[in-house]
Amino acid sequence: MRREPPQKLGDYAPLLFPAAMLTIFFVVPFGTMIAVSFFQRLQGGFYTPAFVFDNYARFLSAFFGGVLGFSLFLAITVAICCVVLALPFTYMLTRMGRKVQVVWLVALLSILSLSEVIIGFAWSTLFSRTAGITNILVALGIMSEAKALTPSFGAVLTGMVYQAFPYTVLVLFPALVRLDPTLTEAARTLGASPLKAFFTVVVPALRNTITATLIMVFIFALGSYLLPQLLGRPQHWTLSVLITDQAIYQSNMPFAAAMAVFLVLVTLGLVALTVIAGRKGEAA
Amino acid sequence: MTSIFRKAYFFLIGLFLALPIIVVAGVSVNAKQTLAFPPQGFSLSWYGEIFFNPEWRSALFASVTLALLSAALAVAIALPLAWFLWRRIAPWANIFQVLGVAPFTLPPVITALGMLTFWATVGFYGQPWTAVVSHAIFFVTLPLVTLSLGFTSIDRSLVEAASTMGADERTIFRTVVLPLILPYIVSGYAFAFVLSLNEYIVAYMTVGFTMETLPIKIFNALRYGYTPTMASVTVLFVTTAAVIFGLVARFGDLPKLLGAMSSDGK
Repeated sequence: MRREPPQKLGDYAPLLFPAAMLTIFFVVPFGTMIAVSFFQRLQGGFYTPAFVFDNYARFLSAFFGGVLGFSLFLAITVAICCVVLALPFTYMLTRMGRKVQVVWLVALLSILSLSEVIIGFAWSTLFSRTAGITNILVALGIMSEAKALTPSFGAVLTGMVYQAFPYTVLVLFPALVRLDPTLTEAARTLGASPLKAFFTVVVPALRNTITATLIMVFIFALGSYLLPQLLGRPQHWTLSVLITDQAIYQSNMPFAAAMAVFLVLVTLGLVALTVIAGRKGEAA
Repeated sequence: MTSIFRKAYFFLIGLFLALPIIVVAGVSVNAKQTLAFPPQGFSLSWYGEIFFNPEWRSALFASVTLALLSAALAVAIALPLAWFLWRRIAPWANIFQVLGVAPFTLPPVITALGMLTFWATVGFYGQPWTAVVSHAIFFVTLPLVTLSLGFTSIDRSLVEAASTMGADERTIFRTVVLPLILPYIVSGYAFAFVLSLNEYIVAYMTVGFTMETLPIKIFNALRYGYTPTMASVTVLFVTTAAVIFGLVARFGDLPKLLGAMSSDGK
């Protein structure tokens, strides 16, 4: 049966339920959130309809600027670490046997599906004084005394790289599977070492994929809402953490909504960049 | 790349990925209520705790119910949409595809906050079923992507043949289309189920004050007193995810499924 335009009104029937669900429970909530971002906050966690820019005006404070700057810096660092680690890994993975690939993919998916709560808990245990990695170092005689490695910036970064690494591999995977193997073969035949072939042939051929992946992992890391809170100090909090904090603990919904709208705009801008990077990739 | 380098690199990455889980697994078998590693003594009582302690058991029950229902609703939204987009030429309908992918692409806290303001405004805030709807919308992306892939892999001449032999739309769907995309329905459901089971922020912002799912329970335990049960739940979650994805890989084409997923995601 060929694809054809809908003939009569009844042909649209299958669309009814999905369209209604997505409109009522995604478009409307999204709109509600935007509306609330202009509302006036009242005492005691309530808010009243209004059209004020107060919530957006708070962005102009030095504190908010600091949080935004740190969020972007952290997400960029995570994205770079992940791509640097995942690119050679994924490249080698795509050149392995199918069975090995499937085992690694199942493991990566299992970790990717873990809740941030669980990842945060696992790393805070691993970095703790009583159960942490330092105990192993003490047992090996490398360190004299066990100590806590969290809260710290290093702990936040490690936790977030752990969370984003499987995602990075899964984003890179399809592009690397499709990479023409004769490219590296040619380089090898012409006498390049495997490492040289990787850096002079594979990496340049994937320039656009790498750019797109960096942006996607950046967005992913920007969404991390719990790890900075569980593994870091208050100065390591990101925009996502601050939104959660304002919404739940400070009961300032309008301000939380304004920050969320801002985060959406940043994300959409980045998605647009990814699409442009992707287009260039197709043209090249 | 040389094989020694490759082996060393894979070993280190594997160690990095496995280390937290190994430590948590160790913590989960402590004999006493401490989070010591290496574990002091050996006991599986913390696994029993998940099922026998009423608080943990009700959280487990809430999580599993939520995941079962929301994954089913997600598939119910995705299936007709993916079928329509495959069957009909209606470019404007692609907007719903974008809407289906958006909640999952945006930072999760945004979907969560949107749901919170919405349910608070319409007055259903805190009702358990709102979490089911919220999760279904949040995870509809997964069955939508797997099903879109499933439909593109259907050979249209099969459907053509059924049509020529006189089968109507309904019969074709039931006897030709449905059996062909069943594996994709199952894997879409599986992905949504596992992620819903683990999801924290959307559940917390919609029903966090009235009921506890396992991730919410773990988070609360993190703030108000550690117990090795958190570790045993973590191990249970990792194992569940590995088993489900392992089954998806066993009965489906995982590399192909993932190849399509990520290229669709960007």
